[in-house]
Amino acid sequence: MHLLITGGLVVDPAQNLEAPRDLLIVDGRIAAVELPGAIPSEGREVLDAAGLVVVPGLIDMHVHLREPGEEYKETVETGTRAAVRGGFTGVASMPNTKPVNDTAAVTRFILDQARAAGLARVHPVGAISVGSRGEALCEYAELKAAGCAAVSDDGRPVMDALLMRRALEYARTFELLVISHAEDLHLRADGVMHEGPVSTRLGLRGIPAAAEEVMVFRDVTLAALTGARLHIAHVSTAGSVEIIRRAKARGAPVTCETAPHYFTLTDEAVCGQTPDAALNPAYDTNAKVNPPLRTAADVAAVQEGLRDGAIDAIACDHAPHGLLEKDVEFAAAAMGLIGLETSLGLSLKLVHEGILTLGQLIARMSTHPARILGVPGGALTVGAPADLTLIDLEREWTVAVNAFASRSRNCPFEGWQLTGKAVAALVGGRLVHQELDV
Amino acid sequence: MELRRKDLLGMADLTAQEIGLILDTAASLKEISQRPIKKVPTLRGRTVVTLFYEPSTRTRMSFEIAAKRLSADTVNLTVAASSAVKGETLADTAANLQAMQPDVLIIRHQASGAPHYLARRLRCGVVNAGDGLHEHPTQALLDLLTIREAKGRLDGLKVAIVGDILHSRVARSNILGLTTMGSRVVVAGPATMLPPGLTALGAEVTHSLEEAVRDADAIMMLRLQLERMGQNFLSTLREYSTHFGLAPRHLGLAREDVIVMHPGPLNRGVEISPEVADGPYSVILEQVTNGVAVRMAVLLLLIGER
Repeated sequence: MHLLITGGLVVDPAQNLEAPRDLLIVDGRIAAVELPGAIPSEGREVLDAAGLVVVPGLIDMHVHLREPGEEYKETVETGTRAAVRGGFTGVASMPNTKPVNDTAAVTRFILDQARAAGLARVHPVGAISVGSRGEALCEYAELKAAGCAAVSDDGRPVMDALLMRRALEYARTFELLVISHAEDLHLRADGVMHEGPVSTRLGLRGIPAAAEEVMVFRDVTLAALTGARLHIAHVSTAGSVEIIRRAKARGAPVTCETAPHYFTLTDEAVCGQTPDAALNPAYDTNAKVNPPLRTAADVAAVQEGLRDGAIDAIACDHAPHGLLEKDVEFAAAAMGLIGLETSLGLSLKLVHEGILTLGQLIARMSTHPARILGVPGGALTVGAPADLTLIDLEREWTVAVNAFASRSRNCPFEGWQLTGKAVAALVGGRLVHQELDV
Repeated sequence: MELRRKDLLGMADLTAQEIGLILDTAASLKEISQRPIKKVPTLRGRTVVTLFYEPSTRTRMSFEIAAKRLSADTVNLTVAASSAVKGETLADTAANLQAMQPDVLIIRHQASGAPHYLARRLRCGVVNAGDGLHEHPTQALLDLLTIREAKGRLDGLKVAIVGDILHSRVARSNILGLTTMGSRVVVAGPATMLPPGLTALGAEVTHSLEEAVRDADAIMMLRLQLERMGQNFLSTLREYSTHFGLAPRHLGLAREDVIVMHPGPLNRGVEISPEVADGPYSVILEQVTNGVAVRMAVLLLLIGER
């Protein structure tokens, strides 16, 4: 089976390539990348990518697929459908399912569901500790053998610094990445949004930036101590960006990610988006997320971190919740928002606004996540799996949550006008999403 | 004469004109409570429901008396927080109440924003009787009425609010209401109980009770929730009352005609000494009387002309 993709602008940060190229795909792998017209099209299926950008398939290294256990929120099938619609050919699924992904059996179940769905690749993340209870280490070698790309106690941070040290050392033994959900639960206390003037005005209990920063500092210090590879999830504060920047400068084996909502929204989003939101606040539960939306200064620092490389990756922390969890009073609402179908559109704003080049953005949404996780993809080199995303940079569209493939609707961007969209996605050479002719 | 709004959710979105209208109306209604027969027929046939998710005696009773003096029918529903956890959602409770066609729902809830959530869903008016740490607008309105009665005005005054500002919806509503009316508000308390951004709300911030009450026209002491001690917001009641309890010696720092206020219930000997609470500067019981008048005014202005 031969597929020729012609006429596109190929942007591949892995080879520092940004030029018109034709791509030949044979048996699910990239067989040739040549100047336009250099590869004969006779006898081959042709996909016309004129006017489009062809990039290595986007990889979101932080999503919650909710299966097993909370299938009313999302399943591997609906979550990976949302992924490919958003341009993602690979996702890393966090282990806080029910049961927790702390054994090979759960990992294999998730991978079976992903194969059955046949959409995006799923890279399960195993738990750091049994049941994510922060007490006993999981069997990392077995988790890795079953297919886990990393371990994390996402959503249930490891409060015991000694356990975190042991987890890093033990993970290093098996060359497994540790992903830290950096949050001090004592400092967070019963907070429900960022602690600052807005939380004071709304009478909502605050989560200080320090609740994240003290744990970022702890974990980068432990990474330096142990030499283990550490990845900090969902960085949201200026202080965290600075701590990580300095740790990298000292040579600590640390990477990190942020999410589109942290470089797009501030804590004012809790008030909603109506003109009188400040006076008559909406208490929008779709803006309730952990870590919380921060201040304009944090947004600027996160953007700068993405620009200068202190932040390696963009991952949306897709966290589906149903009306049961979200159509309630703010304090009672679950934390999290869905992002797979808006992540690229929101991230492209950084390109349109001149903060990132397109190549830098694709590095942060594909090449870097692939490298950090140690999974295939992130490059359009000959021999690599043919995971590709085709992007129409000019396509204007309106976020409409009711048209989402995700099973959940908890998105604070309803009605937003975005420019740029993934119009096709291929996984292993197979077209898993396309909306080329609209 | 009516408020052009369905709900009263907070002081944040009330204009000075609206506050003035409510206070003027309340002042004119006070006389009804002095009559031998304390009742006018204005809201006859209207239904006022109080829905309280937090224990309260005086606020709920104050609303109920206010409604009854205007001849409205009142129904009170108190939901224990523990049963609400297991029971129906707030939205379902509200929908059921809505189906019984009340004219106004008065709600107190431990979650900030709960009244706003209901107001968006219900056709009837919603009055916030206290939501979490957010607002308690009728308390602020009765406080404003009490200050205005004592001083003859609200602009250009210095008002001190002392105590646990962090957990106080009374403080938030008063800061907003007083600054809207042109008063200067100085808040004082230990740093553990002063949330960030109070200056953005319009208040000045100090850690000194003395500084707060110096030249003050009114001093508002907040109730200290005793469980805050176990949460390390303070060390001991002894130290708290030494530094943040209002005693007779503080009153000499304030203006000669200072008034001392407290939203109740009092922790005598903690945030306020008995001598001050019962002394000549105290207007604490006038606040309670004005509470009925202000709530009558709010009900009248929201549903009187429908």
